Amino acid sequence: MMRADAPGLYIHVPFCHSKCPYCDFYSFTADEKTKDEYTASIIKNIIIWQESVKNGFSTVYFGGGTPSQLGSSRLAEIIKTIKKQPLCEVTVECNPCDLSEGWSDSDIALLKDAGVNRISMGMQSAIDKERKTLGRRAGRAEIEKAVRMIKDGGIDNFSLDLMLGIPFQTTDSIKESIAFCAESGAKHVSSYLLKIEQGTPFEKVEKLLDLPDEDGCCEMYLTACEELEKHGYKQYEISNFAREGFESRHNLIYWDCREYLGIGAAAHSFFGGKRFYYPDDAAAFMGGAKPVDDGEGGSFEEYVMLRLRLTEGLTNEGCKSRFGFEIPTKLVDKSTVFEKNGLLVSDKKGIRLTPEGFLVSNSIIAELLD
Amino acid sequence: MSVPKENIRNFSIIAHIDHGKSTLADRLLELTDSVAKRDMQSQLLDNMDLERERGITIKAHAVKLNYKAKDGQEYELNLIDTPGHVDFNYEVSRSLAACDGAVLIIDASQGVEAQTLANTYLALDHDLELVPVINKIDLPAADPDRVAAEVEDIIGLDCSVAPRVSAKTGENIEQVLERIVQDIPAPTADKNLPLRALIFDSVYDSYRGVIVYVRVMDGKIKAGDTMRMMATGAQFTVVEVGYMRATSLEPANELTAGEVGYITASIKTVGDARVGDTVTTAENPASEPLPGYRKVNPMVFCGIYPADGADYESLRDALEKLQLNDAALSYEPETSGALGFGFRCGFLGLLHLEIIQERLEREYNLDLVTTVPSVIYKIHLSDGSIVEIDNPTNYPDPGLITACEEPMTNAHIYAPSDYVGAVMDLCQDRRGVFKDMSYITNGRVDIHYELPLNEIIYDFFDTLKSRTRGYASFDYEISDYQPSKLVKLDVLLNGDIIDALSFIIHSDKAYGRARKIAEKLKDNIPRQMFEIPIQIAIGGKVIARETVKAMRKDVLAKCYGGDITRKKKLLEKQKEGKKRMRQFGTVEVPQEAFMAVLKLDDES
Repeated sequence: MMRADAPGLYIHVPFCHSKCPYCDFYSFTADEKTKDEYTASIIKNIIIWQESVKNGFSTVYFGGGTPSQLGSSRLAEIIKTIKKQPLCEVTVECNPCDLSEGWSDSDIALLKDAGVNRISMGMQSAIDKERKTLGRRAGRAEIEKAVRMIKDGGIDNFSLDLMLGIPFQTTDSIKESIAFCAESGAKHVSSYLLKIEQGTPFEKVEKLLDLPDEDGCCEMYLTACEELEKHGYKQYEISNFAREGFESRHNLIYWDCREYLGIGAAAHSFFGGKRFYYPDDAAAFMGGAKPVDDGEGGSFEEYVMLRLRLTEGLTNEGCKSRFGFEIPTKLVDKSTVFEKNGLLVSDKKGIRLTPEGFLVSNSIIAELLD
Repeated sequence: MSVPKENIRNFSIIAHIDHGKSTLADRLLELTDSVAKRDMQSQLLDNMDLERERGITIKAHAVKLNYKAKDGQEYELNLIDTPGHVDFNYEVSRSLAACDGAVLIIDASQGVEAQTLANTYLALDHDLELVPVINKIDLPAADPDRVAAEVEDIIGLDCSVAPRVSAKTGENIEQVLERIVQDIPAPTADKNLPLRALIFDSVYDSYRGVIVYVRVMDGKIKAGDTMRMMATGAQFTVVEVGYMRATSLEPANELTAGEVGYITASIKTVGDARVGDTVTTAENPASEPLPGYRKVNPMVFCGIYPADGADYESLRDALEKLQLNDAALSYEPETSGALGFGFRCGFLGLLHLEIIQERLEREYNLDLVTTVPSVIYKIHLSDGSIVEIDNPTNYPDPGLITACEEPMTNAHIYAPSDYVGAVMDLCQDRRGVFKDMSYITNGRVDIHYELPLNEIIYDFFDTLKSRTRGYASFDYEISDYQPSKLVKLDVLLNGDIIDALSFIIHSDKAYGRARKIAEKLKDNIPRQMFEIPIQIAIGGKVIARETVKAMRKDVLAKCYGGDITRKKKLLEKQKEGKKRMRQFGTVEVPQEAFMAVLKLDDES
């Protein structure tokens, strides 16, 4: 796995064409003027912050919301401002419809020239019926077209999102979606279990959605893990799978408990040992609001919690180089009962969860750290 | 200052629960200007938050009121409030013994209820003059004429001059004061006899020690006297005597026969000044104590454990403090394999238990686990001995038992006649033996059953209320011990007996109860990492089983840059949640599961 001491940069773009019924992220529909002003604020903040980043950022990630809603030229303008390390990974999250309907090949070329080398698309499912219940605009045809545009534009490294436990889904339809990912040439798949968030339209109609029960969700998750492996996507995190060498370097920063700077409304940072964030209020951000303190970061507990999300797990070597000691015996002792039940593997390298263990990772982590 | 003895009236107010006793007391205080307006708060005599919330009086209170009557004379009225629940029957009887009369409140819409009668009979036992008062005439459903006729019919009290009042609005309250002055006799008392003062309450105060509330029957007492408790023999030098005012104590030179007041004497615990005991002086002792003293004994027992073992010391301190003020509460240390170190506590009844539990949790901020309440069973063993068991853990080996006895009660249920069937079904379910039934009025009956005490300590009253839409009322007294077929049920989780969940039950009910407990536990024990078998057994024989399936998934949220602190908080919460669980081997049981077993309702 790649290692870098330089921080990552996260830029939050809180704009969406429309709000999906399951989503509780901060986003809204913006006009062109707002997009211009927001872009200007992002650039201003990057310039101020990156003075304290000596060697530039190791990764850049545009998340949202829907970053593609900004349009290629605003994105390119922002990227050009950023002090990047050589080989910097630059990811932009895109909505397939923004590309297939609004963009042309020149937009992709503009991004590529600016340094974008990775695109992540919210596919959620390759089955149109399933996508519709999620309120997604694109159909399978639009996704195929967007994928073609990206590849034709020379960006091979792209990721597709897959959602599990959604209405109408079956283990067979999951296999179909995964086969679609493989055929499309995606290098990376993120696969999440649908979680009904408070205050979303899905929460209100949860009873009517006929969602799979606990056992059904587990079956879907385990099927997805197995099927993705079968297609050559190696699991490296609870919800993330990639072809060898195509793991998201930016996201690995989070799970390795390394530092990153987040710019934009609702963007979180772990920078200079502190965690802080901008409030989820675009107007306030554009008005120059300062980030809010969110406490210290980088404790051993935090490290354990994050590392155990990775298939590599918590390693003796990692602990030693970071904290000066190997995995504490108390923690190893507590893990034995989980190992007996096939939820975890413990050996001289360290401790790591199995896919069954990932399903109950919260409980295991709480138990190990108690 | 003091008025002549002829102008003293000692009285209490008695009523069925919710008929407006405390509100009437408030109005009397107001009308006699006993409380400054700024100190007036609803139900002033109910000092504890709990009393105010539950609308019941847990402790007796007393207050001296000055009243200038229509005849132009000054009167001293001593109002002695009484606890309003059968659990505290003995305390009620002692309060009444301190009085010469009682105001009997009857709700103008509900009429005569179980405790109206029970309290009336108690008052008549003490030869008290009764002043009927019909309250709540402001209610739309009020029918004072009907209720007055009911009182005359059932109790035989003349209601022609009974005040019809609304304690809530204050209407006609002065009539109550006039009736007290005219109808209740002045105390007959001789202050030249040796001192005999009846203790009707005692309160612990951290500065003065125990404040003893007394009615002086004969003689007098003043600071410097040596007081002697005739039942316990304890002796103290009197520090101060005086009168109870609504919001303070008013010191006096002496208390004399006929008066109601307080004594302080640096007494350390209320156990040394027990309700019902007679105070005399060492200098000039009385030869005979006042009649009626008995030591109150707890009837219902349960284990109380701190949810967090580290709170054991705090729990002990809290119980110690509560006992300073509550001689009826008993506790002794016990150990449970499942729950660790805790206390076996004894209570007068289930309400008393709940009140103590709530006070421990609220006033002392303790998280508690309580075990299933038990009564005292008498177990005859093959060697001819008899053991008394209040804790299932100590239940003898069934092979050694020749016979069992359990405590019985005489229970009266008052209900509209429409509900006779429902009430009888319930009593039958609870192994009741029908005694008799009589019509109180056309539409209301008094159903008399003999019921085992262990059948009413769980949820009898709640169930009765729900089956009669709240119309039934209930009163009971302990009668005697009778032979019974008892068994001990054990609960096993993952093969281990959870001693704290064991309990003793009549054998006819064992199977049904076992099944319900198994189901309740299954519903209340969250899925855990591993499958948990639940078994309910008598001795080695399993009679009910369920399984809590293994948890396969918890919330699998994504975790990117913005989620990390949220995730950390979630982790903290999860660890916090674990603290509320009890660890039994590898099984974690939340407190709710204990409560669920305790509160097994019989609906379903």
